[in-house]
Amino acid sequence: MADVRLKDVRKRYGAVEVIKGVDIEVEDGEFVVFVGPSGCGKSTLLRMIAGLEDISGGTLGIGGKVVNEMPPKERGVGMVFQTYAIFPHMTVRENMAFGLTIARAGKEEKARRVNEAARILQMEHLLDRRPSQLSGGQRQRVAIGRAIVREPSVFLFDEPLSNLDAALRMDMRMEIGKLHQQLKATMIYVTHDQVEAMTLADKIVVLRDGEVMQVGTPMELYHDPANLFVAGFLGAPSMNFLNVDVSDAGPDGATVSNPSLDPVRVAAVKQPVTTGSTATLGIRPQYLHPTAPEKGMLHGTVALTERLGAETIVDVAMKDGTKIIAALSEDRVLEPGTEIGLEFDTAQAHLFSERP
Amino acid sequence: MASKLTRSTGAGWAFALPGFGLIALFIIVPFFFAFGLSLTNQRLISPNPTEYVGFENYRDLLSLSVITLEPERDDSGAVIRDEDGEIEYPRVRTITRSDDFPQYRGMREWFRWQSGDTARVVVASDVVFMKALVNTLMFVLVVAPVQGALALVLALLINQKLRGINVYRAIYFMPVVVSIVVVSLLWRFIYDGNDGLLNNLLSAITFGGWQPVDWLGNPDTALGSIMAMSIWQAVGFHMVIWLSGLQTISPTLYEAADIEGASKWQTFRYVTWPGLRNTAVLVLIVITMQAFALFAQIDVMTNGGPLDSTQTVVFQAVERGYGKQDISGGSTISVILFLLVLTISLIQRWLTREK
Ligand SMILES: Nc1ncnc2c1ncn2[C@@H]1O[C@H](COP(=O)(O)OP(=O)(O)OP(=O)(O)O)[C@@H](O)[C@H]1O
Ligand SMILES: [Mg+2]
Repeated sequence: MADVRLKDVRKRYGAVEVIKGVDIEVEDGEFVVFVGPSGCGKSTLLRMIAGLEDISGGTLGIGGKVVNEMPPKERGVGMVFQTYAIFPHMTVRENMAFGLTIARAGKEEKARRVNEAARILQMEHLLDRRPSQLSGGQRQRVAIGRAIVREPSVFLFDEPLSNLDAALRMDMRMEIGKLHQQLKATMIYVTHDQVEAMTLADKIVVLRDGEVMQVGTPMELYHDPANLFVAGFLGAPSMNFLNVDVSDAGPDGATVSNPSLDPVRVAAVKQPVTTGSTATLGIRPQYLHPTAPEKGMLHGTVALTERLGAETIVDVAMKDGTKIIAALSEDRVLEPGTEIGLEFDTAQAHLFSERP
Repeated sequence: MASKLTRSTGAGWAFALPGFGLIALFIIVPFFFAFGLSLTNQRLISPNPTEYVGFENYRDLLSLSVITLEPERDDSGAVIRDEDGEIEYPRVRTITRSDDFPQYRGMREWFRWQSGDTARVVVASDVVFMKALVNTLMFVLVVAPVQGALALVLALLINQKLRGINVYRAIYFMPVVVSIVVVSLLWRFIYDGNDGLLNNLLSAITFGGWQPVDWLGNPDTALGSIMAMSIWQAVGFHMVIWLSGLQTISPTLYEAADIEGASKWQTFRYVTWPGLRNTAVLVLIVITMQAFALFAQIDVMTNGGPLDSTQTVVFQAVERGYGKQDISGGSTISVILFLLVLTISLIQRWLTREK
């Protein structure tokens, strides 16, 4: 078991810096998820922790030791790749035992540990097959099994589920969650799927362009995003952003309005705003409730409704031409063209000085 | 449903025709010609009509026998020895030319060995061809594994991300694009017995202690010299084939092996080599076939000499067909070579089949 500490870690490819000074603390036994859009440097960061990429600056510590220069095998990490990377010419059993074969472990120990891993992953019946005879999900299980067998202190996953279909992804997601509970090992998991991030993580690290945007538990990030990027990245459908004018900013909040928004007082000011400036108000679609046109704080006309059964997504066109989305947790018919009002609890709104 | 082949228009066939035509004219037709001619007594230019002779050409090439010779004895029955103490035997010629042994007619001694006082002599109706066959097999047995392995080593060295690696790739590949005739001529100078580069080099390294060797003029070194030069010449070609095989192996497999703690050798053994299986089969078969076709080097460098120590099957085929104008003999050799290569390729395929 080990913790992982990154201090001002940087990565340069020639003149381009792709990781721009990252500080992350992963406690022993924690499940940490790196999320971020494509190209933000998640894989690069993970590969630096694994030892597959050199570290251009800063320090990386695993289990209290600085491991910047240590080759992968000495770091005690296990890694699961997006493309599985299982050896095509070996059976499942040989694949899973690979690390032990390399370490010249005895036959009995190999059999014991492979069987144990196969039991955990419920794949005892697959042990004598070749990778070509397995489905995608089963292959990914083999890759996870190979990592488990060596009992590493840190597990690294690089988008392990992105090649699987939706249903399988959900199953495997739960299995990985269970695995973490059973093994109690430190796990670092890279994904751009926010559902995976929200459900699996003890702690989420949101990255953008090689920088950490925010670190926190899933609920902290969801309910208390530090900036527009995090606010917009987590949650589906994503948060509505309204351009607003700040009329009365004070220590306890600010009053904001725009042509289609009646003045409201917002307490959750994420970034300091000044009176007379413009700012961005963020409201999650789930917290918007339709009412009669003359009621509510927001006014517009229904542009489109999508009925998903348990949920209804409503596109509302505002007076100033912008659009906002409301997600109703019920099946409801709203004819396009009808005027409606929307109300929300101001405690659920967030004010940012940034503009989207 | 009409297949794509029959539905396609005449234009397609017209485009394919020149290619098909050339292949038929220069490969398929001569192939059947060789079969046909090997059963006749056809000569390049001859006043006599061509006759069908069945398998006589094959018999003339391949007949082998063992003759047991009893030592010469004097009247008392004691073995006669010459001045050096060697046992004296009757001359083989007295047997192969004797009317008492028509089965040995026309055969000559190939080699002999002694067991007790008696000597066993292997006689062949075509000793030169037998030597050519043995030399060719030796050549294949040495060149195929050595060239294949060397090419793999070079490919592994060159398959790295290093500055200027392309320069090395080009250098190793260069001998392949130079004509083998030119290469052979150059190496004749290198191997020269008096003032050759190799002798000079060895003498420089040993500070003059090296006795110059006439590499191509000595029956003990001639074939080996040609092997060395042939390996050097074509190794770059096979290096490129290995390289293409190496590049089909997914880099993540190497990363996975790295994380699992594999050493360089273990990575080669568990990741690289299994990934090169198909390439290995290809390289092995191609080298074997090329080695069997050994001709140009011999033609330029030794002409089969000295003492037939560098005769090869293809050289013999050409020598007979055109040198001696014995088209049927040359054809027979070609057919034998074809069957030999076919057999060996099939055996190799069977040995390296997917289990
Ligand atoms: N070898 C390289 N040379 C130069 N730039 C590179 C190299 N590898 C990655 N990059 C750059 O580094 C950045 C981060 O890449 P990385 O693979 O870490 O992204 P990612 O967050 O994993 O994205 P994805 O979600 O698409 O996998 C990208 O902008 C990429 O272009
Ligand atoms: Mg990635």
